[in-house]
Amino acid sequence: MIKWKKLGIVFNPLDHSGFDYMNTHAQSPSVIVFDDFIRVYINTRPPIDENGYYVSYLSYVDLNKENMFEVKNIPKRPIMSLGKLGTFDEFGIHPSSVIRDGNKFRVYYAGTTRCESVPFNSAIGVGISIDNGDSFEKIGDGPVLSYSFDEPFVIGSPKIKKFNDLWYLFYSAGRKWVKNCDKVEPVYKLRMAVSSNGLDWEKHGKDIIINKLGVHECQASADVFFKNDKYHMFFSYRPHLDYRLGGNGYKIGYASSKDLKNWERDDTKTGITVSKEGWDCEMISYPNLFELKGKTYMFYLGNEFGKYGFGLAELTGDLK
Amino acid sequence: MKWKKLGQIFQFDKTPLTKIFESHSQSPQAVVFDSFIRVYFSTRTRDKTGKFLSHVQYVDYTRDFETILGFSNHEVIRLGESGCFDEHGIFPASPLKMNDKIYAYTTGWTRRKSVDVDSSIGLAISNDGGSTFIKHGDGPVLSTSLFEPFLVGDGFVRKYKDKYYMFYVFGERWCSTTVENSPQRVYKIGVSISDDGINWRKMNKKIITDVIDENECQALPTVVKIGTQYHMYFCFRHMSGFRTDSAKGYRLGYAFSDDLTTWQRDDSLSGLNPTEGQWDSDMMCYPHIFKVGNQIYMLYNGNEFGKHGFGLAILEGT
Repeated sequence: MIKWKKLGIVFNPLDHSGFDYMNTHAQSPSVIVFDDFIRVYINTRPPIDENGYYVSYLSYVDLNKENMFEVKNIPKRPIMSLGKLGTFDEFGIHPSSVIRDGNKFRVYYAGTTRCESVPFNSAIGVGISIDNGDSFEKIGDGPVLSYSFDEPFVIGSPKIKKFNDLWYLFYSAGRKWVKNCDKVEPVYKLRMAVSSNGLDWEKHGKDIIINKLGVHECQASADVFFKNDKYHMFFSYRPHLDYRLGGNGYKIGYASSKDLKNWERDDTKTGITVSKEGWDCEMISYPNLFELKGKTYMFYLGNEFGKYGFGLAELTGDLK
Repeated sequence: MKWKKLGQIFQFDKTPLTKIFESHSQSPQAVVFDSFIRVYFSTRTRDKTGKFLSHVQYVDYTRDFETILGFSNHEVIRLGESGCFDEHGIFPASPLKMNDKIYAYTTGWTRRKSVDVDSSIGLAISNDGGSTFIKHGDGPVLSTSLFEPFLVGDGFVRKYKDKYYMFYVFGERWCSTTVENSPQRVYKIGVSISDDGINWRKMNKKIITDVIDENECQALPTVVKIGTQYHMYFCFRHMSGFRTDSAKGYRLGYAFSDDLTTWQRDDSLSGLNPTEGQWDSDMMCYPHIFKVGNQIYMLYNGNEFGKHGFGLAILEGT
């Protein structure tokens, strides 16, 4: 049985002053284990601008490998620049997912642009690091995964993995913008693409998990982990309305697969849910699993989409 | 190339379209039927914010273009849903006969905050002889990619050597320091190849060299095969000042090729230039070449980007 023991909040940007670009939010944790420390890549935000808009930047926090609640290092500035005028990632890098690629690193991220009729659109870009993951550069001004006839907008929430010498991108694709009073809210579903080089992608062209909350369920951040001859997917899901505060926020769901294509969803096996009180009492989302010294851990976000940071849980059962 | 201009054959203000639409008949593109020729074009309404929306309509001509047989009086291709690439207009739509269907490669427009607009190329399919088109999905068939970051549009598709070739336009950059005091775009012509007309492989290269400078804007490629050679017309302009200064406005460019991917540009051979005192005195843009029997025609727009109508020319020799 899968069972997670919560170890508490690891990092809240509000506890660390002196970083102008990192006022609130430590979203979309993506871990790389180094020899001497653990690096958790995050998306963070400076205060809202004069027009009422946020931007999101790529950054990281380095944690003590012996005590993951001890922050060792935070970069002085964002580690990748936002896009040029008119490009898909002009106003934000969020969410993101980092992977080792030989002696380089790659970040796959959703770039955000602002639109007139709907608040934003997004597509998935890639950045490459040749300085051991300290900073990332884009190789082109455009995205590597964009809109297509069956995925018309809001291509986001990438999670990059390599299995069996192939690159796998698990991501969300927008289905519909739903009107709600004077606002519109996006509906998006988990999708998948496969590539031999991580740049030229073949979209699978199907929703990979079934809906639990009806056709307007929003699905994101599919973190896939191979263990005991099986692929385990932990992801986020929520209803499409009234999800920012209170009980309708993101929860973590679970699905498993033998072949990476056919997924069986069973949220009763997730083994983790919101707490009765505290930093993750309304919302848990954006799981990222990793192994350290024979144990399996999960970083995840709490209330308000990680505005107040991310926390840690340890697997006490087994991934079967 | 030796062309004879046949004049402005379509005047928007003299059509019943004025009952519904405000102005413009841009980027005329033809489908030749046995007994008539249908010309699709984009015309405009305004939305509640006062901004333009482009809509596809058509006019039917006799095969000699002497007589107008009728106009569309219905929605030909609906605009996209909220948030879709073609929510704020379709301009242009480029038709291609596909057995008993007609494919329309649409350029869909959506408005942005930091720059005016973005665009992608969609596909809409007609099963009723080109009267109405149903979209192949809510999204585009050709969109942004690593080296083509925005403004993908103006798709023109023809089948050669068992493959479909799409000549199209992609954005290269937005420049913010211009006399217009708003960001201006730079776009170039590329080519993409497909087995089915739906799934495309971009060649990821700019196929037409610049003659003005690196900020030259190139648009609306159209290709015709004569003998063993391929001929391309397109329009090009300066990046800035093109709306008000006729010397910087759209002109027709010309290139030729033996293999469809390597093109030799030579505008001096185009044979089509503005005529002083005429409807195309300041600007020539949005060319579309097609064959009617053995005749080769070009539809195009003149002054003010086709605000008032479009015209026709016939090829007299090469």
